[in-house]
Amino acid sequence: MNWQDLQIVAPELFVLLMACGLLILDLFLSEQRRGILHLVSVLTMALAAIITLRGHPALEQTGAVMAFADTFVRDGMGDLLKVFAYMVMILVFVYSRYYLKQFNMYRSEFYSLSLFALLGAMVLISAASLITVYLGLELMALSLYAMVALKRDDRKATEAAMKYFILGSMASGMLLYGMSMIYGATGSLQISEISLAVAQQGSDNMILVFGLVFMVVALAFKFGLVPFHMWVPDLYEGAPAPVVLFISSMPKLAVFAMAIRLLQDGLSSLHTDWSGMLIVVAVLSIVLGNLAALAQKNIKRMLAYSTISHMGFVMLGLISGTATGFGASMFYVITYALMSAGSFGVIIFMSSKGIEAENLSDYKGLNQRNPWFAAMFAMLMLSMAGIPVFVGFFAKWLVIQAVVDAGLIWLALLAVVFSVIGGYYYLRVIKIMYFDKAVDENPIQAPSDFRAVLSVNALLMLVLGVFSSPLISACMAVF
Amino acid sequence: MPIQEIFFYLFSVIMVTAATLVISVRNPVYSILFLILTFFSAAALWIMLEAEFLGIVLVLVYVGAVMVLFLFVIMMLNINQSRVNEGFVKNLPLGIGVALVMLAEVLMVLWYKSQTGTDTYPLPVPHEQGYSNTAEIGERLFTAYLWPFEIAGIVLLVAIVAAIALSLRHREGVKTQSIPLQVSTEKRDRLEVIDMPVEHVENN
Repeated sequence: MNWQDLQIVAPELFVLLMACGLLILDLFLSEQRRGILHLVSVLTMALAAIITLRGHPALEQTGAVMAFADTFVRDGMGDLLKVFAYMVMILVFVYSRYYLKQFNMYRSEFYSLSLFALLGAMVLISAASLITVYLGLELMALSLYAMVALKRDDRKATEAAMKYFILGSMASGMLLYGMSMIYGATGSLQISEISLAVAQQGSDNMILVFGLVFMVVALAFKFGLVPFHMWVPDLYEGAPAPVVLFISSMPKLAVFAMAIRLLQDGLSSLHTDWSGMLIVVAVLSIVLGNLAALAQKNIKRMLAYSTISHMGFVMLGLISGTATGFGASMFYVITYALMSAGSFGVIIFMSSKGIEAENLSDYKGLNQRNPWFAAMFAMLMLSMAGIPVFVGFFAKWLVIQAVVDAGLIWLALLAVVFSVIGGYYYLRVIKIMYFDKAVDENPIQAPSDFRAVLSVNALLMLVLGVFSSPLISACMAVF
Repeated sequence: MPIQEIFFYLFSVIMVTAATLVISVRNPVYSILFLILTFFSAAALWIMLEAEFLGIVLVLVYVGAVMVLFLFVIMMLNINQSRVNEGFVKNLPLGIGVALVMLAEVLMVLWYKSQTGTDTYPLPVPHEQGYSNTAEIGERLFTAYLWPFEIAGIVLLVAIVAAIALSLRHREGVKTQSIPLQVSTEKRDRLEVIDMPVEHVENN
């Protein structure tokens, strides 16, 4: 280790410092001044973004830099994902403050655990060795398990936390087993060395494919893909809304990076093997996710199934195994994280007096109660459905194009058909908001920062849709 | 057969048998005891591989600390075994089915491996005298694996924070001792001296 290594991991060190700092800061704050924690967290994200971007130009010339005896890699993909992760975290903090206050959860642990989860995600995004992949994933997951259980007296939340914890640990076990097989076959934990060894041995070595299967299972679990999706709806329904907002957005970016690191950087020579496996989970996720979402009356469950289908779409880009395919997937996962954060922002916005607005019927006549936010929610839903002009359309377009380029026309057709079917349940939300009569006619109140950020978040769906090319080219450029 | 191989098979058989018993015995206390046996055998295997430090740490940390804690928890909780086993018979066929499919797949891989015989790994060579496993691990841990090592430390920190966040609660109306209040109390807070006329009670 030397000074240069520390400079490379500066964003991680900063986030770690602030996460620990928040724990100590909390001791000196009275109940009324908890707002400082919130402010510090948001500022941390802004500063982390500056630190990451400041270190980035030096990177452009060299491509990727390694640190700490090649266990940490910093490259364009990692930096881009990290910057968006900070952005999503700011959304999470701003939206959740309102909820945490109402539901008596306004404690420093929420903030420090969030930052620890972010740190885990950053380690995972920058992992260059199987050990750091695993440790980053565990750091993120452990913080998330605890956050789901923070609402201790709620039976549903505790049940969700238990399910998430047990199934998550099983997935980690699968990942470790797969990794041990890969290690056994290649004799290295370094992803770059694994890549070389695999290129030599190819898929003749059954042990490699055997290990790959377990890794894909773990990845599918973390993405929430069918048939490893059972935890997703229960977790979304049971966990407190800010935590679901968190789980549905930021970790997806990290797990995407994990998929790239393991499948592309490490096992790209086994592309024919893993693309076949991904096709199966992608098809099942898109079909089951969209069909099951149709039947949901609880909006959190509906969004859970919608996540499953969206993650299926993310897989479409990976299947092609080309740089444009990965870029398309990355664009999809980034825009999905923003969309999902906005949608859960609206759910928090609608929750009041200790009751979450979980049922679709709670959204009846939202247009009469608050026309501006009804329009914002409508934009988010249209973007999720993939209606043109909104960014969700371009995301779907790119991944489907990648599949067509790979020669899998049937898969592209299936994706299009099911995204049309999926359009129904998003449009149903809009119908409920605009054409059903409101049951509760009280206007909705929320703090002004919340309103402003939510508006920006929703309008971003339109802006990114109209001016999509900078982000698309940024995503394409890093592969 | 060299003596090492005999010991390897001895420990392996004990380990696999004990591991099977961990999940098949009814009494959770016995399960823990078998788990301890499993760890012991694993430690012995590690020591045979010249990983003495890991072997000793496994015994000290897992057997000495973690398992004892487990025993405490199980004895304190008084788990109702009949409820734990509910649904065991119902789910058994499905479980066996899945397990058999997985076993078949694993065996296929092993069979394939033995057919092609692509052993990419040479047998481990014994180290020369004076080789210190502990020093070697220490050196690797703080050079090649420094970053993972630090992250593992943070994982433990998160575990502490999470455990405290989930278990510490301030309940209203609980009578607890306040030591500063007790110490700073003075005589006049507790004792009231009242002037009262002396009463004479006459004995009959």
